[in-house]
Amino acid sequence: MFRKALVLAGAGALALAATGCSSSKSSSGQAESGPVTLTYGIWDAKQKPAMQEIADAFHASHPNITIDIQLTPNADYWTKLQTAAASGTAPDVFWMSTTRIGLYAGQKQLLSLSDKPGFDNSPFPKSLNDVYTLDGKQYGMPKDFDTVGLWYNKKLFDAAGVKYPTAGWTWQDVINAAQKLNDPGKGVWGIASPDWTQENLFNTMLQAGGQAITPDHKKSGFDDPKSLAGLQYALDFITKYHVSPTAQQMTDTQPDQLFASGKVAMFADGDYDMPEYKAATGLDADVAPLPAGPDGKKATVINGLANVIYAKTKHQQAAWEFVQYLGSKEANEIQAKTGTVIPAYNGLSATWVASTPQYHLQSFIDQLNDAVPYPVSKNTAAWTTPMQATLDQIWGGKLDLQTGAKQIADQMNAELAKE
Amino acid sequence: MSATESPSIAARKAAVGAGPERGPAQRPVAGRRPRFSKAHLKEWAWGYAMIAPLFLGLVIFYLWPIVQSAYFSFTSWGVFGGQQWVGFQNYSSFMSDPQLPRAAWNTVKYSLIILAGIPLSIVFAALMNQVSGKYASLYRVLYFIPVVTMPAAVAMIWRWLYNGDYGLINYLLSLVGIHGPHWVSDDRYTVWAMGLVGIWSSLGYNMIIFAAGLKNIPRQYYEASSLDGAGRIRQFFSITLPLLSPSIFFVSVLSVIGGLQMFDMVLMMLGKTNPALAGSKTIAYLFYEDAFVTGNQGLAAAIAVVLTLVLLVLTALQFRLQKRWVHYG
Repeated sequence: MFRKALVLAGAGALALAATGCSSSKSSSGQAESGPVTLTYGIWDAKQKPAMQEIADAFHASHPNITIDIQLTPNADYWTKLQTAAASGTAPDVFWMSTTRIGLYAGQKQLLSLSDKPGFDNSPFPKSLNDVYTLDGKQYGMPKDFDTVGLWYNKKLFDAAGVKYPTAGWTWQDVINAAQKLNDPGKGVWGIASPDWTQENLFNTMLQAGGQAITPDHKKSGFDDPKSLAGLQYALDFITKYHVSPTAQQMTDTQPDQLFASGKVAMFADGDYDMPEYKAATGLDADVAPLPAGPDGKKATVINGLANVIYAKTKHQQAAWEFVQYLGSKEANEIQAKTGTVIPAYNGLSATWVASTPQYHLQSFIDQLNDAVPYPVSKNTAAWTTPMQATLDQIWGGKLDLQTGAKQIADQMNAELAKE
Repeated sequence: MSATESPSIAARKAAVGAGPERGPAQRPVAGRRPRFSKAHLKEWAWGYAMIAPLFLGLVIFYLWPIVQSAYFSFTSWGVFGGQQWVGFQNYSSFMSDPQLPRAAWNTVKYSLIILAGIPLSIVFAALMNQVSGKYASLYRVLYFIPVVTMPAAVAMIWRWLYNGDYGLINYLLSLVGIHGPHWVSDDRYTVWAMGLVGIWSSLGYNMIIFAAGLKNIPRQYYEASSLDGAGRIRQFFSITLPLLSPSIFFVSVLSVIGGLQMFDMVLMMLGKTNPALAGSKTIAYLFYEDAFVTGNQGLAAAIAVVLTLVLLVLTALQFRLQKRWVHYG
């Protein structure tokens, strides 16, 4: 029996090795003149149709180059990419986020685009170019940007007789509305306030006058009393007002799913989840700018993706041609028209807003004036991973906010000191 | 063929075929150093050729990685590779990891739950043994389906079933007036929830082994014992259980190995952002986090080495203890 198990295990290992080989074949060496297949790593299934459309349009003008889109869900994207990069088999071109650019560019995993002939970053906002620039060289072709808005369920607001959120709302308005909208008998929550950072906590910290990281990216802002006030506001919905599902409930059923299925009246979420709400049957929703903090401070983090070229790609020229196309007006227009994300290319946000007239998508654009860059440092993931784990503990009721925030600040400062 | 008879057969052949040689070759029983002849070598060559594919697979995919892991456990890694020798530093930081006690306890607890599920497999296998005809294979398939289902799919389905607000399990509990907990997001229940799924998904495999073991027990024993007036329960404890003990031993060894390596359910059923995660990690999950999330491969290799050694010791211990309770027919 042992022997049989070994035979099976051996066969399994061989089968694994065989599939492993076939998946990395596409990046093996070929002459640039012949047909080339480029792998393109992305993480968002909602954006795949738009990416496919862009890839097809590129293939039409470059018949020699075929794009093979590799979708890895966000939860595993960086894990997989890091392992692939360590073994020299990362995709030729892939999505990069502001949180990882410091690490990947700093560790020489990416090709500098500034060195490429014909590189032009003038069509993109300076803030997006800057965040993908390291030591004077730009490594990422800006793809899109995103801000966060307050999504609300019109049907639930109407039923409770509450006025829809507006740009003039403050925290107190949200608290009042959430209390009126909350209806445990019907299984309806006033708001969902998870420990998500980009959508929730980074913004509430800023609105309170605090910050996640100091502007010089050297110190944590989690021990700032104002940041703490921002965290407290978000946590109070669960522990003080009891108008948000608990962390346990939002783990079992994600808050965006709760909102999409009409169980939650308000939810702060990025523009990138719009396709999900658009597709949700029976959901009559809209979106407003985020509320202002106690001192009237308005804020949202702004984040944006970029397309980058893997340093060890076998097809530098083809990859550059593709990335150049990804940064073209044509490709950005496809992104805008399909309504998937706000394209990075200047002047196309109106096209994006017009793509989905049923929502006031302008709310996301209007907030640009109050937008603050997403908190990053050279190795952002080194402190965001323990930060999220500690936030999970606070939200789960295992750790009180004061102690937890201090713990995050200490962990973060220790990591930042290593950079 | 067993290792003891092959040299003696070969030696006899050698004696017949190649004629007398110097001294001891003519002795019929081979000593420690068998003599070589052409025929002899040819037979061996064929034998090795036959096992070569499997053997190579083992060397490349099992033995070499083990050696590498042992080496890497003494090194420190950069995020994208490149390592340097750091001695026992990884081992000491693993041993002083504040997460270790909880993870070790969770791993042990999970393994014990799995072990406690073995009697259930015996009962089901015994029941299945009673069924004959076309339904027997239907039942066998039904019970075996979880074994061949992808762990990811299993985890997703159970995650839904376990959902605290909308899950089927809590709905059924609510019908009898019990307010069910958040099974997979409250660390008081997660290990039990995972253990239950572990028992469920290994039930089919264990049953097949027990069913085979039951088939090997001669019917005469039952007939003879019933003539002597033994009832069913007496038969189960005096005949079935002792004669099934080799299968029970085999299953428990595999269960301990599988239980201590439990990882997939933590990742897939609980997920990375879960307030219960910190209290539900297993040793293998700590390994995963270090290897693939934080990119600390050296530390991960050290965890793997420690886990391997613990498994070796536990398995050796089980083999020693089996002499006291396993009856080989």
